[in-house]
Amino acid sequence: MIWLASFVALPPFLAAFAGMLSGPSLTRLLRGAPAGSPPGAGSPLRNGPALIACAPVAVSLVLSAIVAVAVWRDPGTRTGALTLVDTGSVPISVGLQVDGLAAVVGLMVCCVALAVQVFSVAYMSGDRRYSSYAAFISLFTSAMLLVVYSGDLIVLYVGWEVMGICSYFLIGHHWEERSSSRAAVKAFLVTRLGDVGFLLGVIVLGVGAGTFQIDRIVRTAGDLPQSTATAAALLLLAGVAGKSAQFPLHTWLPDAMAGPTPISALIHAATMVAAGIYVVARLYGVFLAAPTALAVLGVVAVVSMVGSACAALAQDDLKRVLAYSTISQLAVMAAGLAVGAESAAVFHLLTHAAFKALLFLAAGCVIVTAGSNMLAHYGGLRRGMPLTFWSMTVGFAALAGVPPFSGWFSKDAVIEAAQHAALHGGEVTSGGIAWLVYVGLLVTVVLTAAYAMRAWLMTFFGERRGTYEVRDPARILTWTVVALAVPAAILGFFGLGAPELRPQLGASLLSVLLLAVGAGGAFLAWNRDPALDPARALGPVRTVFARAFFVDELYAVVIVRPVQALARHVVQFDQRRVDATVLGTGRAAARLGGLVRFVQNGNPQTYLTGLLAGVALIAAAVVIFQ
Amino acid sequence: MHLAYPTVVAALLFSVGVYGVLARRNAILVLMSVELMLNAVNLNLVTFDVWYRDRLHGGQVLTLFTIVIAAAEIGLGLAIVLLVFRNRQMIDVDRLRALAEEAPDAAPRPAEGGTADREAGAEPAPEPEEASP
Repeated sequence: MIWLASFVALPPFLAAFAGMLSGPSLTRLLRGAPAGSPPGAGSPLRNGPALIACAPVAVSLVLSAIVAVAVWRDPGTRTGALTLVDTGSVPISVGLQVDGLAAVVGLMVCCVALAVQVFSVAYMSGDRRYSSYAAFISLFTSAMLLVVYSGDLIVLYVGWEVMGICSYFLIGHHWEERSSSRAAVKAFLVTRLGDVGFLLGVIVLGVGAGTFQIDRIVRTAGDLPQSTATAAALLLLAGVAGKSAQFPLHTWLPDAMAGPTPISALIHAATMVAAGIYVVARLYGVFLAAPTALAVLGVVAVVSMVGSACAALAQDDLKRVLAYSTISQLAVMAAGLAVGAESAAVFHLLTHAAFKALLFLAAGCVIVTAGSNMLAHYGGLRRGMPLTFWSMTVGFAALAGVPPFSGWFSKDAVIEAAQHAALHGGEVTSGGIAWLVYVGLLVTVVLTAAYAMRAWLMTFFGERRGTYEVRDPARILTWTVVALAVPAAILGFFGLGAPELRPQLGASLLSVLLLAVGAGGAFLAWNRDPALDPARALGPVRTVFARAFFVDELYAVVIVRPVQALARHVVQFDQRRVDATVLGTGRAAARLGGLVRFVQNGNPQTYLTGLLAGVALIAAAVVIFQ
Repeated sequence: MHLAYPTVVAALLFSVGVYGVLARRNAILVLMSVELMLNAVNLNLVTFDVWYRDRLHGGQVLTLFTIVIAAAEIGLGLAIVLLVFRNRQMIDVDRLRALAEEAPDAAPRPAEGGTADREAGAEPAPEPEEASP
């Protein structure tokens, strides 16, 4: 079982190196079209990097499905350690742990990664760096699988960091463009900031519990001193906020839209941002032992979900709408965790992965067709591209929580748990926090419905605002999207198996009512003039929302500019003080030498005179003092 | 003949030669002074050869060597003086100062140019470099 789990993560890892080293040569071997040739040239089966990218992920998918089935038939935690690294204090066990959570999340990661790889074959076919791109996706996938299956915090941290660097390379794939390279640097720095806290949290937890093994930590979390558990949980939350783009560290995610669209799908649906929530779910025992950390998580989640939903309402870039909706939906999961609904949060993680991957890949189809990211350039696309339209409709419906699509089940489960905690007093959070989370969730439902409706209407309805030809793009793109639409539509019904995930009448009615309010509002605003952006109904707040409450500007003033000014001062200090001191010693020595150099005047007769005088002196001294 | 006479003459000759090398300005006269010194040495060699009644006459043989070397040296020396004269229209030893090291602040050498510029002060603050992947 453990061996099987390790073989799930292995093929993409090997594929990353194989693709990096020999992707193009395999293409030549298969006599396919070389990289960088125009799209459509050459069959995908003769594309070396594409084969190296897709086949191993497909193998991983099959293996992870076997793991999931095995865990489903025989639940329980299985751990296994390859070796125990003796560090002198707390040992590190290089091992994996498979339980229900890891199995389903691993299956989800493999599904989304395969969809993204297949989509990328066609989407990136004209790109000359496709080979390294696909290799980085493979590495990214294997790192995420390592995070999912790891049984030890240090091993988990390794995967966590590899994901960070892969996201940097993938977001900066088009590094010739300044916006891409800056977005990559920003994503790397911001997540790095969180990772510092995460590493410290891992160390605090490991030293406090005396082990880095996750199952033992979770089992003994109740025995930890209160201060240790709180400190560890808060430090871990810093890393989670960084990776999962929660409130103070969320600014990298919208900028990361500069990367290629399939990367956005991968980062947003399956890997990077899901890792943060997954880690909280994995170490939930620690968080249960630290109610303060859960309260902080709840407040952060409410701020993130409402704020980013407002921001999504006013974005004029389709991908940025989806990016802000990701922040918002992740915050919904975090809210579920904060009120103690672990399984509901994980359920929402899975359904979100399905519909967000669908939405991003469908957005990729729209972008390929329209040649633009801007909502203002779309309109009336439903007639030309029916497959994309219906798939994306399913995605938006699931995002907004329209019954009976998957998002409705999972979001309802979270809302219901929050309602229960607010009304009856939760076991893990105080009533105030639970009320805050509950109200935040309800507001988010309204806002989510509104921005999903707005994006949907502006993309597919009304008059066409561009001069491009509207038709469904290449078959491989469209059918990947259609294939993803199936889980996005029906995944919710799997939740009926668990009693805590079943929808309940009161909460469902309330959320459907709120959904209708939000969607109806957006529709009325749009219906007044379908040619214009419904966001204009927001009035003066629109700018504030569009700039996401000026958080970026605030950070620029408070952090970026002082740091740059400090750096300038350091450079000046280096040049004016340190360098000047070094150069000054050299000049002082030269001047000192100049004092005795006057005898070297270039006249050999003077030299000879000195020589003779010296000889005479020595001779005299020898004669006198002998 | 007493040994003192030739040795004193040789010492005087040598002193005159040293004075000439150290004090004359004309390069030809300096060369002539060198000859005087060499000949003082020759005189000594011959004197002591006679004084010790050396059977192999090592002193006289060495004198012949010295004379040959002196001839070669004066040939080279005069050639150098000629070339100097052709280049500079003078052969004043005092004014041939090419061996002197130039003054440190007169003209900075190229290697020091950068630092000299930088310490001149008021350099513009460098723009922060933008990193790129």
